[in-house]
Amino acid sequence: MSGNSILGVFAKSPLKPLELHIRKVNECAALLPSFLVATEQSDWDEASNIRTNISTLEKEADALKREIRSDLPGGIFMPVERTDVLELVSQQDKIANKTKDIAGRIFGRQLVIPAALSSEFNAYVERCLDAIKQAAEAIYELDDLLETGFRGREVDLVEKMIVELALIEDDTDRMQITLRRNLMAIEKDMNPVDVMFLYQIIEWVGDLADLAERVGARLEIMLAR
Amino acid sequence: MDILANYGSTLVIFAAIVGFIMAWGIGANDVANAMGTSVGSKALTIKQAILIAMVFEFAGAYLAGGEVTSTIRKGIIDASFYVDIPEQLVFGMISALLAAGVWLLIASYMGWPVSTTHSIVGAIIGFSAIGVSVDTVNWGAVLGIVGSWIVTPLIAGVFSFIIFNSAQKLIFDTDNPLQQAKKWVPLYMFLAGFILSLVTIKKGLKHVGLELGAVEGYLWAIGVAIVVAIVGKIFISRLNFKESKNRRANYINVEKVFAVLMVITACCMAFAHGSNDVANAIGPLAAVVSIVGSDGEIASKAALAWWILPLGGFGIVAGLALFGHRVMATIGTGITHLTPSRGFAAELAAACTVVVASGTGLPISTTQTLVGAVLGVGMARGIAAINLGVVRNIVVSWVVTLPVGAALSIMFFWMIKGAFS
Repeated sequence: MSGNSILGVFAKSPLKPLELHIRKVNECAALLPSFLVATEQSDWDEASNIRTNISTLEKEADALKREIRSDLPGGIFMPVERTDVLELVSQQDKIANKTKDIAGRIFGRQLVIPAALSSEFNAYVERCLDAIKQAAEAIYELDDLLETGFRGREVDLVEKMIVELALIEDDTDRMQITLRRNLMAIEKDMNPVDVMFLYQIIEWVGDLADLAERVGARLEIMLAR
Repeated sequence: MDILANYGSTLVIFAAIVGFIMAWGIGANDVANAMGTSVGSKALTIKQAILIAMVFEFAGAYLAGGEVTSTIRKGIIDASFYVDIPEQLVFGMISALLAAGVWLLIASYMGWPVSTTHSIVGAIIGFSAIGVSVDTVNWGAVLGIVGSWIVTPLIAGVFSFIIFNSAQKLIFDTDNPLQQAKKWVPLYMFLAGFILSLVTIKKGLKHVGLELGAVEGYLWAIGVAIVVAIVGKIFISRLNFKESKNRRANYINVEKVFAVLMVITACCMAFAHGSNDVANAIGPLAAVVSIVGSDGEIASKAALAWWILPLGGFGIVAGLALFGHRVMATIGTGITHLTPSRGFAAELAAACTVVVASGTGLPISTTQTLVGAVLGVGMARGIAAINLGVVRNIVVSWVVTLPVGAALSIMFFWMIKGAFS
């Protein structure tokens, strides 16, 4: 950008990178089901490959996050608060980190979900991923929000999406309670340490939905100026 | 007195050359500012922007550049002090041109944003106040000019804020933005056409030899505006939209409609820039020509020589044609999220403000007004990110330009004076 023109005034927008980031995060989390299928079949080579992919995507998301942070020095005037943008990207990034943790823990301990719980557990994972997808959908609206000056109908629409996201998160909470109860019923026949880790994995998967909901909440705060 | 008699034609030729160079510099330097938003939002290609700029900068310079020229020529300086020393005023005006031209060159080379208006006004104040006497400067008028540099960006900002918000209300925040855009965008075209043609008719056509009455002027302006709106509507109706259920595609279509509007506001911006900034190059030249032409008599009523406005217009167009490309090439894809619907609000507000100010004869800074307008859209939450650091640098360079222009022109003034005495 040449210095002697007005165009230097237009700084790099953080909104598009935010969308790219959540897209990456969503891609990362979406690998979990195939990872779980591989572990169910005790195909640890395949599981290892998928885990490597998850880890790569998590690193890429990290790089995007850093880019957003470095492109937002002080003195950038935006239609939304700078702190809100930074909070939002941190929140988004935690989803990818959590996904990596889950895959790492399962792989590291060669945990296999007990056959009695497997279909229920898979449904639970899918629902948590739905929450992430919904959060991503809401973030994709940033473009149109800018188009409408962060006002009016478009804001209402995003609000609706965030309400929907909260409902999905409620679902996952209910599913988590049942899962735990069912695990408790069969836990005495299993290796106690594995059981402890299984509880932890169930909790972490639930955290994915929690984190997705928090992304929605941050977006809501961003719009409520 | 002998100096003017002996060297008069030499001085005029010299002033004309320097004035032409200055106009050239303005064309090369400011085109990015005047046309940048249109190119940046992809409403125009660089080629189209250069072509539009050439036609409309010239038209603006020729049709509406007269008022500001006379302010630069005789508004800043109290001419009565120069009655006995007209040659000093001639030397001074030539030095002012030289100073502003040199400063423009240096700044362009270093990539600093400068205001051509600030540099020429600073240069004229400089030689007159320091080189001759502090009393020769019409400080009241200078205060008014400097005040306008602060007020016009504010006005443009408020105006662009209102335009942007109206577009949001009427078009974007509705059930069917595309339908609404087709309906309302021609109205914005009408507004642009009306203000521009009205100011031109009221203020600019005197020296072309056209005088219209008040009512006639309004009727003509409305007529021109209606033609502009109809032409725009025809172009909009010829757009092909990918109709789809998807809302996002809908906004893309709306932006297509705004891109047509942006072509019109780009024409307005070029016209406004020509009308206001041509005076920076040819105001001093006009002063020199009228003094030499009347054998040292400083006539306050002297008409503008017929060849002066076209010379300035050609100078600007030559600068555009030869260097504009290079300047425009730096605008590429650096702007994210600058869409036609934002660019149009800023451009329309800036163009109208500049043209109205030109009509009152105030030499305002086009770039400054445009920056004000852009900030106005930013305030309306329409621009994804504005770099306030850059805004600060631009403002600093404007402030610095005044003393630098003054210092340079004092230097040149003493040199020329020494050479002739």
